[in-house]
Amino acid sequence: MATVAPTAPALDQQAEVSLSRVRASRSLRSDAWRQFRRNKMAMVGLGYLIFLSFVAIFAPAIAPNNPVQTDVRVAGKYRQAAWIENPNPAKSGTWDYPLGTDGIGRDVFSRLVYGTRISLVVGFIPMVVILLIGVPIGLAAGFAGGWLDNALMRLTDIVYAFPALLFFIIMQISLGDTGFGRLLNGLVLLFVTLSIVNWTGVARLVRGETLALKEKEFVEAARASGAGAGRLITRHILPNALGPIIVAGAFIVPGAIIAEAVLTYLGIGLRPDVNLNAPFPTSWGQMIQDGQKSYRNQSWILIAPSVAVALITLSFTFVGDGLRDALDPRENA
Amino acid sequence: MFGYVLRRTLWIVPVVVTVAAVTFFLMYRAPGGPWSQEKPLPASTVRTLNAKFGLDKPLWINPEAVQAKRDDGVNNPLTLGRAYLDSQFFNYMIGVFRFDLGPSYASKGAETVQSVIIQKFPVSAKIGLVGIIFAIVVGLPLGVVSALRQNTWIDYASLFTSTIGVSVPTFVSGLLLLLFLSQNFGVSPVRRPEAWEGLGRAYLLPGIVLGLGTMSYIARLTRASMLEVKRQDYLRTARAKGVAPQGVVRSHMLRNALIPIITILGPAAADLVTGSIIIETIFSAPGLGREFVDSISKRDYSMIMGTAIFYSVLIAIANVTVDLSYGFIDPRIRVRR
Repeated sequence: MATVAPTAPALDQQAEVSLSRVRASRSLRSDAWRQFRRNKMAMVGLGYLIFLSFVAIFAPAIAPNNPVQTDVRVAGKYRQAAWIENPNPAKSGTWDYPLGTDGIGRDVFSRLVYGTRISLVVGFIPMVVILLIGVPIGLAAGFAGGWLDNALMRLTDIVYAFPALLFFIIMQISLGDTGFGRLLNGLVLLFVTLSIVNWTGVARLVRGETLALKEKEFVEAARASGAGAGRLITRHILPNALGPIIVAGAFIVPGAIIAEAVLTYLGIGLRPDVNLNAPFPTSWGQMIQDGQKSYRNQSWILIAPSVAVALITLSFTFVGDGLRDALDPRENA
Repeated sequence: MFGYVLRRTLWIVPVVVTVAAVTFFLMYRAPGGPWSQEKPLPASTVRTLNAKFGLDKPLWINPEAVQAKRDDGVNNPLTLGRAYLDSQFFNYMIGVFRFDLGPSYASKGAETVQSVIIQKFPVSAKIGLVGIIFAIVVGLPLGVVSALRQNTWIDYASLFTSTIGVSVPTFVSGLLLLLFLSQNFGVSPVRRPEAWEGLGRAYLLPGIVLGLGTMSYIARLTRASMLEVKRQDYLRTARAKGVAPQGVVRSHMLRNALIPIITILGPAAADLVTGSIIIETIFSAPGLGREFVDSISKRDYSMIMGTAIFYSVLIAIANVTVDLSYGFIDPRIRVRR
């Protein structure tokens, strides 16, 4: 851009140089990324989530012990965390079991490491499903209006009145003991339940965005130059509604993680897996449930998973807030 | 305006019907009947119990009952119509609207669901009351102070606390708080039933934990809307005409900043209701939330159904009340309708 022929008049050259110095052209996306990077808490959150993904993938390499193996003779019952001395040598902490062991001699730290897997899976898979269902329906309802729009609005009214947790509980009781509910220790049922409840919120959001965008001049212009409905939606409306959709997605994940933890804590979520090679042997919700029963004997069984849940939801909030500031400058609650 | 209020209020009815129907069918197909327990009851007992509670009737419609009535020579269409709908589903739905939620199956019908709700709900309501008072009394000033002292350490501290409060689920913060208090101060959940009569100290801890999320949300929202109001022209006008700084904050900033806060009271009600299920379990409070969790482990289907419906009616009423109150508080919204 700044390459100027040597014969060009000096004034022109100056103008062009100063223009290019003012601002190199940046895409909307790189603008958002710059804005996001400036938010320290969001970057910390993102860093922590990336770290957790590595932990989840390489869990077998990181965990010092098998998370399901129970060997009370070696591990001891309620062995304290490594730095805590106990008069009873079988309960005194050792670095073989950094966070101690639970009532049947399972290594708390290894369980924590493996628990990362369920939290991430339970957060991300429903989010993808929810966006895949909610976005098209919201686009269609907002763009076409009519009965679909009406049906969607009435449905979301009802879903809003039905407290999500109650619906999760009832779904788990109703379907938890069926063959479908047992798939992958109940993970599949959990995905389905979370998706059923949350897609309406996304659809309503996308509908609102679509309604606002379809009146904009650039959409009008595209329509005037002969773009069909499909092209209008995919090339003009969807890209411009993407910001709020991404932000909504970022906030679905911690909600799903919490829902899993709460349901499992109440004893109707995931089933414990006793298979030594299970890829998803335990979840933080299960650990909290175990920990609450025995925190007087070994408090780290409760502290470790609770802090883990707190940190992951906090990170998602930071990332979500950062994304909102970067992508959706209108809303700043 | 009256038409709008009426429409909005009547909308509760289809919402409740749908919630009740969904709950009914999900619970109907839940495995194991209401009488299944570790030692199976004899078939004759099950039959008697089923007959007693109308569980032997058809699920949807009951043409046989109509035929029986016809054979008896009844021709009144109302009676016949009622007989046609003398089914498990419609009997339950009719019951719901008369606040007759049926017998609690776990008690073999000795107690009705509504009597348990009436007995247990006051404890939950009191915890919720403490929670909402805490949320407003702490959250509002926190938001105001951090907006007035934007980008000072007070602002950062309150923002940090409220971000934690918004994102960390109450059952985690509640458990950690209980753990901390029990290890350092010997506090344990209050189990004596008499401590939960009246409005005693027992309510303090669960109430505060329950209100933590709402408090943080209110603080964040108050801060954001105060900051937005701060830039408005009418504020400059007020200062220019010589209104005292406190007066500006009180009657110009706060009054306008409060409007968005009302919008979250609907979701907050839902939060408090579902939160109470967890909090009461953690703190062993003898309220409806814990009763609900108990009925889950006892597989007391009618209790689960009734409580779920009761909760969603509460939330629907809260939502409608909040919706209607906007119009009264913010004239701009009223005009737009």
